Parts: sequence; structure tokens; C-alpha cells
Amino acid sequence: MNSTVNEQMEVVYHKPQTLTDTPMHYCPGCGHGVVHRVLMEVIDEMGIAERTVGVAPVGCSVFAYHYMNVDMQEAAHGRASAVATGVRRVLPDKFVFSYQGDGDLAAIGTGETIHTINRGENILMVFVNNGIYGMTGGQMAPTSLCGMVTSTSPYGRDAAQVGHPLKITEMIAQLPGAYFVARHSVHTPSAVRKLKKAFKASFEAQKEKKGTCFIEVVSNCPSGWKMTPNESNAWMEQHMFPHFPPGDIKVPASMK
Amino acid sequence: MSNIIHDENPKLMKGNEALAEASLRAGLQAYFGYPITPQSEILEYLEEKAPQHPDTVVLQAESEVASINMVYGAAGAGARVMTTSSSPGISLMQEGISYIAAAELPCVIANVQRGGPGLGTIQPAQGDYFQAVKGGGHGDYHMIVLAPSSVQEMADFVFDGFRLAEEYRMPSMILADGALGQMMEKIYLPKAGSLPKQDEPWATVGKPAARERNYITSLHIEPDKMEMINLHLQDKYRKLKKEVRCELTNVENADIILVAFGLTARICNKVMELARAKGLNVGVLRPITLYPFPTEIIAQYADPMRMFLTVEMNAGQMVEDVRLAVNGRCPVYFKGRMGGMVPTPEEILLEVEAMAEKQRITNQSAGYL
Repeated sequence: MNSTVNEQMEVVYHKPQTLTDTPMHYCPGCGHGVVHRVLMEVIDEMGIAERTVGVAPVGCSVFAYHYMNVDMQEAAHGRASAVATGVRRVLPDKFVFSYQGDGDLAAIGTGETIHTINRGENILMVFVNNGIYGMTGGQMAPTSLCGMVTSTSPYGRDAAQVGHPLKITEMIAQLPGAYFVARHSVHTPSAVRKLKKAFKASFEAQKEKKGTCFIEVVSNCPSGWKMTPNESNAWMEQHMFPHFPPGDIKVPASMK
Repeated sequence: MSNIIHDENPKLMKGNEALAEASLRAGLQAYFGYPITPQSEILEYLEEKAPQHPDTVVLQAESEVASINMVYGAAGAGARVMTTSSSPGISLMQEGISYIAAAELPCVIANVQRGGPGLGTIQPAQGDYFQAVKGGGHGDYHMIVLAPSSVQEMADFVFDGFRLAEEYRMPSMILADGALGQMMEKIYLPKAGSLPKQDEPWATVGKPAARERNYITSLHIEPDKMEMINLHLQDKYRKLKKEVRCELTNVENADIILVAFGLTARICNKVMELARAKGLNVGVLRPITLYPFPTEIIAQYADPMRMFLTVEMNAGQMVEDVRLAVNGRCPVYFKGRMGGMVPTPEEILLEVEAMAEKQRITNQSAGYL
């Protein structure tokens, strides 16, 4: 390629400073990589990377600190929001986020999730919901859909035995400490743009110490669902969205 | 060694309150805890004093599980942080303590023990010795374990606990019991501002452009890396041995040495007095650091002419470490009470007298007398 041509080209897409060069371990077609990128892009663009601490617990995103080029803590399974509380309380003027999966946030860590939000901790909680335990090889999650076949529900999730998929986002939206609650996805460019807007609004709110911002990202798990990436996105729209509809769930008047 | 500067004037305080006040004077930046008898006064005291300490975070968490993970987060952010609980609550914290030890985070954890197992009783006990010194959570790790035996030490060991935790980057545990937490004694409080705190270059406080990101983790998926981490921890525990502390009373020429920690060591001091009045040559060896354990010091006094009696408020836990130190060179007996029962000096004295009689007969038949 001719170097003069290169110089004339306008850069329209580049890797944010807040992502490292480490290749991600996520499966092909998985939404995690996109969610990482969108989150880090927002932190980069807002110029808050030097004042941000992230917490990622056990789950598929347990290696997030290899990819996110900000100070990070790896937390025990289910305890990310308690760890984030510890960080936030001693660093009241910094930005703190947790990045959790469905098993972490809505099963083993349900107590921490509810009480962190009930205290209105000034953090952003990113909740990636793909309805399955991806890291451990595709077991049933608290958000697995009824009838969904996983390695621990080989005949499909039976609500009579194990209960219904938990709508924890709608539950926590009831708490006074929850300031901004929304559900998004990353399977289309327009969905990515909406998510980015929500992350930005969340960090703006954190600056004002408004309370907990909670963004669920309904995502796919091609490996766990045993589908191609395209099939999994189509399945997600067709089956996950009716139970977990994308959109705003709790929006303060100041954001409307 | 401990080098704490104290107030000139004494105060009369409860053990739990002395520990809480000492933590504020030690420059505590954050406390996370959950109520449980017999240590709730610590949280209550800190909540009451909170308005006078606007730079100290005091937060009642939703559980001990949450408390210890808040400690992890705050310690990872470089803060001087503490939690306290009692036996069942400490059990709930074990996973978090393992993470804290593996991630090499300094903090102080106080266990004001009560009788167990299970829900047990709220009366004092020493049944958590194994859990404290052997690493109650998963994996090969240790905590620094300090065993106070007075209200004075309830306060002083907060200072020692933070100093050692920060120097060695590991959790310190103050292993007390319900009696020490609840009783009142005259104490000289450590002076505020006398425990300097260094900046932690490894802490996650936000990454300046000029430095690499910091991350706190205990995850090393490659086994060769994980083994290196383990070797590093074991090396640290070896270095920690120089911090061993032990109180020796009349042991040099003693025929019978009582080994006891915490509250039972006080009782054993009374036993020694009673025994000496009866002409029995008894001394007391009190381990102050339970980890590192005074193995070499005990070994030094283990010769065939002596007998050891380990006294604990449990079914026999520290006695195993005493036997390892003695290594068969002389008899090691055990006297224990459990479930919140505190032994009386008189009942321990009966054991001592029986031992002395056995010693007399043995010596006689061996032709020593």
C-alpha cells in the first residue's frame, strides 16, 4: 500500500487506549468482547480512565483485567458488588463499575446485588445475561428460559422443579437506591449505540453521586447454546427478548 | 517486636470497646461488619464514633460474606481496613480470607470466639484455633494470628496486627474470646497517629497514564504460575517466623510447664501461683503469636525431666502443635473444657497435682530420689 494514501485516510475506527493488546479468550461470536469494547470506549471518551476502578468476578469475564486497561480487581463468585462497595467507599471521588454474569449476579450473589443497590452505592453494575453458565461449560443459570436445554437441565428447564427464569433487573428497579436501570443488547449496530449511551449516562450519574446504575445486556452464548453466532443472535431475539425485553426500565426525570 | 506508644493516663474499658477505639487510633480507614454476639459492641462503638471520624468508613454490611468481600475491595484500594465477628460469622468469611491471603492484601480480622460447633453458645471458647492457624479456607495459606489475654492486648494487637499485615501483605487475625471482649480492665490506649501508613504502589486507585494498570487477583490459571505464587507465599511465611512472640513465666527450672493462650493463659497463671504455694515447680508458657507458632521455644524446654500440660477451651487443638514441637521428648498432657465452659484454676490444679505425683513415682522408680 502507498504511504501517501495512508496519510490521507481518515481514522474512523480505532482501539481505545483503555483496551490492552491481549487477545480475548471469548468464544467466536460471543457478546462479551463487544460489551468490553463499548464500556472501555465510553471510559476512554469521557477521559475518566485514570479515575476508574473495575471489578470482575468469577465467570466468563473473570479475565477482564487482562483486557481492560484500567485498575481492576478480580472478585469471588457472587461478591463483585460487595468488593465494588469496598472500593467505592474508600475512593468516593473515583468511578467504579462491576461487570458480572447471570450466575454471579442473580444466583450466588443475589444478596449482595440487592443490598448494594438498596444502599444506592454509586457504582455502575454491568449485568451480562446469556441465560447460561458459560465458563463452567453450559449449566443452567437463574435466567435460563423455561424448556431451555443445558448440561444440568438435559430435558429442558422445568419451572415446577427449579423455578422460572429470574427477572432480577425488574426486581432491583423497585429499590429506591436504583437510579437508572435499563436492558440492552449488542447484536446489532443500533443496539450497540443504545448501550453506549446508557453506559455514558451511568457514569455521568455516578459523577453526581446519584445512586446505583444497573445496565443489563442480554447476550448470546454460541458455545453454551450450541449454535453458530448468527443462529444464536436470531435465537436470542426470538426467545430471550420476549422474557427479557430490551429498553429502559427505570429512568430518572433528569435523564428523560 | 511491638513498639507501641501509649497514653500516660489509664482508662477503664471493655475488651470489645478497647479494640474498636484502638482501631480508630491506628488510623482505620474502613470497617465493615455484621452484628453477632459477643462482639457487636465493636460495630456499635464505631458507628457511635463515626461522626467524629469523617474520614473513616463504618458500614454495617448485609452479611459476614459481604463484609469480608468489602474488606477485600477496600484493602485492594490501599485502605487500612478491618472487620470483626465471632465464630459462626468467621466461618462464613473463610472463602474471602483465602482470596485476601492469595491476593496478598493487608487487613485485620478479629474473631471474638464463642462456643461451638454450629450455632453453639455465646459464651467464650477457643474452638477456632485450627481454623485460625491452619488456614480455615481453601488452599495453602496462613494468617498472622495474635492471641490477646487482656483488654490491654485487645487494643495493642490492633496496632501490631496492622503493622505486620502491611509489612508482610497478608491478613492478621486477632483471636480473642467472648470473655476478653466483654470484660472491663484498666488499660493504656495506644496513641492516635502513632502508626504510620505507607502508600501502596500496588493498590487499585485509578491508573495514571504513566504506570501499568494494577490488578488484584488470586487467579493464575497456568499451574506453573500458580505454583510460583504458592512458593512465594510459603517463602513469606518462613520469613514471618522472626515475628514469633511468647511469654515465659518461671519456665527455666519448672518441672511442669503449662502451655496456654489467651484467657486460659491467665487462668494458668493463677494455677501456677496455687501450685507453687504447694511446693510444686510449675511455669507458664504463653504463645502470643499462634501463627507463627513458638515451635523452637517450646522445643527448647522439652527434655525428659519435664512434663507439659496444654490447657485450652476446646477439645485439644493447640496441643497438637505443642506435641509436634516437643516431638516425643517428654509427656504432653491436655486439659480442656468445651462449649463455652471456662476451666477453674482448681480443676486445672488437680491435673497438675496428678502429673506431679506421676512424675514423683517415675523419678523414684528410676532411682532419682
